[in-house]
Amino acid sequence: MALTRRKFINLLTVGSTACLTLLTPLTSFAAWASDAFNATKIEDAYQNLFGSTELIESDAVVLKVPKIAENGGAVPVSVKTDMKNVESISVFVKDNPQPLTASFTLPKGTIADVSTRIKLAQTSTVTAVVKADGKLYSKSQEVKVTIGGCGG
Amino acid sequence: MKAKAKSKNDITTVRILAKHPMETGRRIDKETGEKIPAHYIQELTCEYNGNVVFVAQLSTAVSQNPYLAFSFAGGKKGETLQLRWNDNIGDVEKTDVKIK
Repeated sequence: MALTRRKFINLLTVGSTACLTLLTPLTSFAAWASDAFNATKIEDAYQNLFGSTELIESDAVVLKVPKIAENGGAVPVSVKTDMKNVESISVFVKDNPQPLTASFTLPKGTIADVSTRIKLAQTSTVTAVVKADGKLYSKSQEVKVTIGGCGG
Repeated sequence: MKAKAKSKNDITTVRILAKHPMETGRRIDKETGEKIPAHYIQELTCEYNGNVVFVAQLSTAVSQNPYLAFSFAGGKKGETLQLRWNDNIGDVEKTDVKIK
């Protein structure tokens, strides 16, 4: 389709209006990646956060989570890597209502090693995604959440 | 928010415990039968010497009273870091931490 100048301008108007409408309630937190956080499917969360779903599985991403968590309300997670030029580290829980759990931006000089505690609604795969040199590297591990707190 | 920053071999390690309920918006109040509205920290930043050294964007799936740990190159004993979080209802908390 040939894109005339007029059509292009029309498209711009439609696009920016849509963006503004979506953004209005969140103006004060413009930086918060609301689309990615509100996504209910992990692929949509990847797409909204990174603009891509192409993840390279890599053992260079060191994801530390327990195999079994007795309390799904506070599961310790730590992610580190020796990769250079790391821009961000993000944590996803596939079977949570909203998979994107946390995203850490690491400016130059900040070491690619972060820890936190997260909630798991149920047994799920936890995926850490490291963005380095514009590419996405991931590592996943399943965390079993035991119900009843008997540790079985 | 409680925080500790420690400098060792030119690397400063920061550990933060922010006091926050981190309500998911999915829990139901047993007495009223109504949903407890979502209330959670959205963004936590750490500044050192006017530069942002760490930004954490959080969702409701981060545990109650979020714990965060990270480290960055630089930082000397006695200097301060500025920590700040804001949540989804517009509350803000700021704390200064001395590097030890």
